[in-house]
Amino acid sequence: MNPDEMAEQHEPEPQPTLWPIGFAIGVAVLLVGLVINPLWISTIGGAIAVVFGFLWAREATAELRGEPIVVEPERRELSASPTGQQEVMPAPVADTTVTRSRFLEGATLGLGGVIGGLITVPVAGFAVLPGFLGQKQHKVDLGPLSMFPLGEWFVATFVVDPAQGEVSRRTAFIRNNGTVADPKTKKSVPSFTIISNHCVHLGCPVQANGPTGAILGKPTVTERTKNGKVKLDPVVPAGYGCPCHGGQYDIEGNRIAGPPVRALDRYAFEIDNGRLTLLSTYSVSHVDGTGAGAKIYKYQESGPGEHLDGPEQWFYPLQPPHH
Amino acid sequence: MAYRRKPTKAELRRQKMEELITYPLDWLEERSGLVGGVRYFLFRNVPADVNWMQTLGSAALTAFLVQAITGVILAMYYTPSAATDPATGKPVAWESIVNITDHVTMGWLVRGMHRWGASVFIILMFLHMGRVFLFGAYKYPRELNWIIGVLILVMGMMEGFTGYLLPWDQTAYWATVVGINLNGTAPFLGPWLAQFLRGGQEIGGDTLTRFYSLHMLVIPGAIIALITLHLYLVIRLGVTSPPWSKEAAGEEPAEEEPVSLRPGLTRPVPRGAGASPMQAEPGGRD
Repeated sequence: MNPDEMAEQHEPEPQPTLWPIGFAIGVAVLLVGLVINPLWISTIGGAIAVVFGFLWAREATAELRGEPIVVEPERRELSASPTGQQEVMPAPVADTTVTRSRFLEGATLGLGGVIGGLITVPVAGFAVLPGFLGQKQHKVDLGPLSMFPLGEWFVATFVVDPAQGEVSRRTAFIRNNGTVADPKTKKSVPSFTIISNHCVHLGCPVQANGPTGAILGKPTVTERTKNGKVKLDPVVPAGYGCPCHGGQYDIEGNRIAGPPVRALDRYAFEIDNGRLTLLSTYSVSHVDGTGAGAKIYKYQESGPGEHLDGPEQWFYPLQPPHH
Repeated sequence: MAYRRKPTKAELRRQKMEELITYPLDWLEERSGLVGGVRYFLFRNVPADVNWMQTLGSAALTAFLVQAITGVILAMYYTPSAATDPATGKPVAWESIVNITDHVTMGWLVRGMHRWGASVFIILMFLHMGRVFLFGAYKYPRELNWIIGVLILVMGMMEGFTGYLLPWDQTAYWATVVGINLNGTAPFLGPWLAQFLRGGQEIGGDTLTRFYSLHMLVIPGAIIALITLHLYLVIRLGVTSPPWSKEAAGEEPAEEEPVSLRPGLTRPVPRGAGASPMQAEPGGRD
């Protein structure tokens, strides 16, 4: 008896069955349910496990119970070699057939992919999402309105987020414009010009072009508010200049020279119990006029170097979430 | 070795000693094939007219290893925290850098090696790239290795960018502000990339820890993987001759392989020589 014939006479193996897979899924759902929702998901998982377990046990014990086992004959098209002898290697199976090794290959790759995905997705989310979600708006209390005499400029430095500390200290140029009639309610409301010092070229700190407190002979005012120490340095600016790449702005923040692409950003503000309170920043393409009568072309807060108007704005169609 | 006459006592002793000394390597080789692998790597054939310029890649690799080792040591003393030290009012990260530079024994040296070595690494990569370009060594079948090399260069520059923030002084802070905003002006996804790099809307403590993690874990891991691939392709594809090579042009026959008298770890085994202990076939060791 040659080895080929021996191979032909092996016992018929039991048919591969899907019941254990269903049983395993049921157990998995049961365990997940214990974590998520013991009442419902675990019940469903338990039911799946019991049903498939029963079917599995029924099939596994079929022989013992004397039921006829239906075994489909294995079909393999054997191609005869030219000499009429059977080839040692079994003939290639048609591609449509899922052989055991093919199934195992797919299962290994598929399971590997699923496990990899289960690990990667939350980890990547943890790395990326916190920078985008839940960005909090911080209100900055700058002190009572009486600290800002009408028409005078100050370089104000303040901590935006006391939890972050000094690293969140920002600078703004502030001028009290007096009051202006609200266009909607016609009521008289305070007007402030509050310009962020972040250069809209690449974010360096712009400086006021002009004498500050020490030269003017006016003291720097320090005020303790709930945001920590706020410093107000009197200044008489002729405009603003950036030390990094030479961008120049006029007194309202309009670009007059250098690489910046728009006017300086501004802070929104509100008067809270008679105290000047800064809100988020917004971006400005340009400003017409000055002081209380200025017309500000306001846009959503955008990063430095991003155009707000003209055809270049099409390069920045979608801004990440801001506070 | 086959002896015609009976070996003298001295010869026998010497043979025993050699076996004893090479035993650990034999043990390793039999179980892993690693010794053979190292020998294959070190003694593979290269063109006879290779040039000193062709050591620039190894020099860049050495510079990277210096960065890796000094970086590991610096990480033992550095604290990536933007918080303010209540005792001094200074940022903790900056203070730990001052501590490394001024107080830790030899800290100034290791930090200096890491700091200047960073520039050396980048410069050597560029010189290596120039050599490959001028020698035409990027051509078929080595295009893929050029691409991998470019990726290593990009990763090296990302190391420079992320490492620059870690001293957490004014230069570091504002250079990173400008660098991130430069990325932010890229069309379409730029603003998103910038916010990802900052870990939020503004540079803060999250940016520092994020850059630290990228600088010491993520990017070095990628560089090591890419260098492994790069070296694999160098070994697989072989070293190119210089463009002026007469041998490569078929004008001169290749020189005979040098034959040394005594094979060892530092010299190639002559062809047809008797098997040295290093070359023992699996199971053939007596």
